[in-house]
Amino acid sequence: MTHSQLTPGVAAGRLPRDSYADNFSDLHAPLTAHEAAVASDRCYFCHDAPCMTACPTSIDIPLFIRQISTGTEESAARTILEQNIMGGMCARVCPTETLCEEVCVRETAEGKPVEIGRLQRFATDTLMEKGVHPFARAASTGKKVAVVGAGPAGLSCAHRLALKGHDVVVFDGRAKAGGLNEFGIASYKSVDSFAEREVAWLLEIGGIEIRLGQRLGENLDLDALAADYDAVFLGMGLAGVNALRADGEDKGNVTDAVDFISDLRQADDLPALPVGRNVVVIGGGMTAVDAAVQSKLLGADSVTMVYRRGKDRMGASLFEQDLASSKGVRIIYNAMPVAVHGNGAVQEVEFEYTVDDGGKLSGTGERFFLAADQLFKAIGQTLTGAPADLTVERGKIVVSETGRSSRAGVWAGGDCASGGDDLTVTAVAEGRDAAEDIHTSLSVKE
Amino acid sequence: MANLASTFAGIKSPNPFWLASAPPTDKEYNVRRAFEAGWGGVVWKTLGEEGPPVVNVNGPRYGAIWGADRRLLGLNNIELITDRPLEVNLREIKAVKRDYPDRAMIVSLMVPCEEEAWKAILPHVEETGADGIELNFGCPHGMAERGMGSAVGQVPEYIEMVTRWCKQYSRMPVIVKLTPNITDIRRPAEAAKRGGADAVSLINTINSIVSVDLDNFAPQPTIDGKGTHGGYCGPAVKPIAMNMVAEIARNPETADLPISGIGGITTWRDAAEFIVLGCGNVQVCTAAMTYGFKIVEEMKSGLSQWMDEKGHESIDAVAGRAVPNVTDWQYLNLNKISKAVIDQDACISCGRCFAACEDTSHQAIEMSDDRVFTVKDDECVACNLCVVVCPVENCITMKELAPGDLDERTGEKVAAEYGNWTAHPNNPSATAAE
Repeated sequence: MTHSQLTPGVAAGRLPRDSYADNFSDLHAPLTAHEAAVASDRCYFCHDAPCMTACPTSIDIPLFIRQISTGTEESAARTILEQNIMGGMCARVCPTETLCEEVCVRETAEGKPVEIGRLQRFATDTLMEKGVHPFARAASTGKKVAVVGAGPAGLSCAHRLALKGHDVVVFDGRAKAGGLNEFGIASYKSVDSFAEREVAWLLEIGGIEIRLGQRLGENLDLDALAADYDAVFLGMGLAGVNALRADGEDKGNVTDAVDFISDLRQADDLPALPVGRNVVVIGGGMTAVDAAVQSKLLGADSVTMVYRRGKDRMGASLFEQDLASSKGVRIIYNAMPVAVHGNGAVQEVEFEYTVDDGGKLSGTGERFFLAADQLFKAIGQTLTGAPADLTVERGKIVVSETGRSSRAGVWAGGDCASGGDDLTVTAVAEGRDAAEDIHTSLSVKE
Repeated sequence: MANLASTFAGIKSPNPFWLASAPPTDKEYNVRRAFEAGWGGVVWKTLGEEGPPVVNVNGPRYGAIWGADRRLLGLNNIELITDRPLEVNLREIKAVKRDYPDRAMIVSLMVPCEEEAWKAILPHVEETGADGIELNFGCPHGMAERGMGSAVGQVPEYIEMVTRWCKQYSRMPVIVKLTPNITDIRRPAEAAKRGGADAVSLINTINSIVSVDLDNFAPQPTIDGKGTHGGYCGPAVKPIAMNMVAEIARNPETADLPISGIGGITTWRDAAEFIVLGCGNVQVCTAAMTYGFKIVEEMKSGLSQWMDEKGHESIDAVAGRAVPNVTDWQYLNLNKISKAVIDQDACISCGRCFAACEDTSHQAIEMSDDRVFTVKDDECVACNLCVVVCPVENCITMKELAPGDLDERTGEKVAAEYGNWTAHPNNPSATAAE
């Protein structure tokens, strides 16, 4: 039974078999050596470079680009990885257009920044393809640290701790390590199992044990961890999902965008993955864009993203919005869901236009309906399973600059903790900085 | 990890990268920052004799030429030696050396060509605790007219004489800095050695007019409508410097004389090239003036990566390794025959190789109606011009013919044995092959 984009309902195999590979290929193709030489040549080696300041992990961007330009990609990779052990993934998923590349002086001068993200990928890919892990552990300290969450924050923290000679056990609730790098990012940003390969490469430092299927609040207990380990780092992310709070939310084919993205990333056979003919995504962040674009790439006939505020307030960058538009996703701004209609499964979604009065949102009374066979909710994730004795504010574990929580001996970082944007690169920085503080703390004891 | 530590003429530094005597090393503030940035040593900007210091022009002191995208390729300057009082420089040198005992501190000197003048300044320098002195016999402008700088460097007898005074009146290692504004660089190097020099450093800047203002008909930099020749440096002078370094390194008279390589060094690769041509260390100026002190980080990481990859453990293990392979033209093997090969997959059909070969060389490339370019083996002399002008790296390469292969150009088989011009039948003064 073959399906097309027009097949009603939710169906698999809407596209010719061979078009899936094209659709889900690398969003940004890797640079060839010649392209990297040309791209690196454009860097001015700025003093106190704005790009470096804009990078949450403070990578010495002018230096690594110069190292590429002089044919020493491995040294370039080392410069990157010393600051950001997940520099390979960040090169793929960082919204560089709002970070390093936005402030590049070439952007100011010509509207065309140095391609920092792609150059970073060129350097880190070169090193990883050689099978080199450029760091060696310090002598064992005999200290043990528990890390909860094998995502960017947890793994970054674990690597830095292992580097310093501590033994680390990383617990994760899922069946596979990697966190959002593995489960929460659009496939075309991490092709060829890159997230999995990066984790394996990162673990080559040694001294890190991963224990899967262990979730805080379920089969893992903070008190027990605190008793068994010299320090604990929490980097379990935001496992919960916000509800729409619209009537009919419980109807069939109304699901969380994060689950759709995760299923897609883990799918062995994309043509077998069902998608609606008419898909509606509610939300305005990266997750919403990832779900919308990938629905389209899977063969949905029409995909509409609906965001309750204006374009300028949208969490997804302009680049991401343009990407969605270029793939045929329609974006409707200033509208909020009122009700989900359907007989069992969703058939249409009712919206009301909104006005944003200095941050205060209200409905205009004017409503409209969108046909929908599938509705994805992407209106933010929430913290779940946080131990009761930790101070939590605005849905995040409160931490200091160096990641210390309100409980002595417990650090936190990444999306589950306060401070910084919910970005992979920010999580890596927070994990690293917490590890440095844990190391300092463990070193002065006794 | 490769060991970058360097001992040059008995002077130790943690890496072979020194800042050359120039504006970057003019004062304590800069030199401290340079050491913090990781430079292995500095040659302090040239000191003159006691008394009122020289004065500099107060207009532009630099001119330049640029490559594509305004990359600085050549820099020209008309600055003189330090214009700060001798005692201030000496005090600062002493303070910096005290705080950075592991870095090389060399003091550049230029005083009149009189024994008393040198005898007077040397004890002051020695008192600072500096590791050595460099004799500035190279500065081509301003000081030369006063009988110093390159005016001394162009007269081997003067070099020998002053070097001897310095060795006589000082315990410090003496590095003689040579001017390239001379016909045969081997002569001043030999003179330095005869005078007892511990090392030579080269090149100083090259006499130059870097550009001319076509509205005012005046050389640039222009001051009040006039300009003068300056000293040229930067990436553009590197090939000239490397040849001079190699000439000294392969001259039996000076083969054991340590050489500090200077001239356009901008990347680790530049430094490595100077080192394998016989330099014990290198000095950098224009790259730091263009990009800042931080540039040394790439030089160190790159040199280190290269040495690690190739299994070279120390600077000494690679220094001079290319010297035996620098020879005279007459000894090049005339029996080695290559042909250009164009990789059709890599070719972007720009036609530059064709234009170059057809118009200016050997008409050895064929162009088809649909812009396919192929080499005519019966015309190709393997001159390499097509490789040089091709914008795509490795698109055109030289393929060496094996002994016994037919050279379609000459109709002869490629000989297996070495054969050079000295024994070639066309050479009227050919001698029998050895």
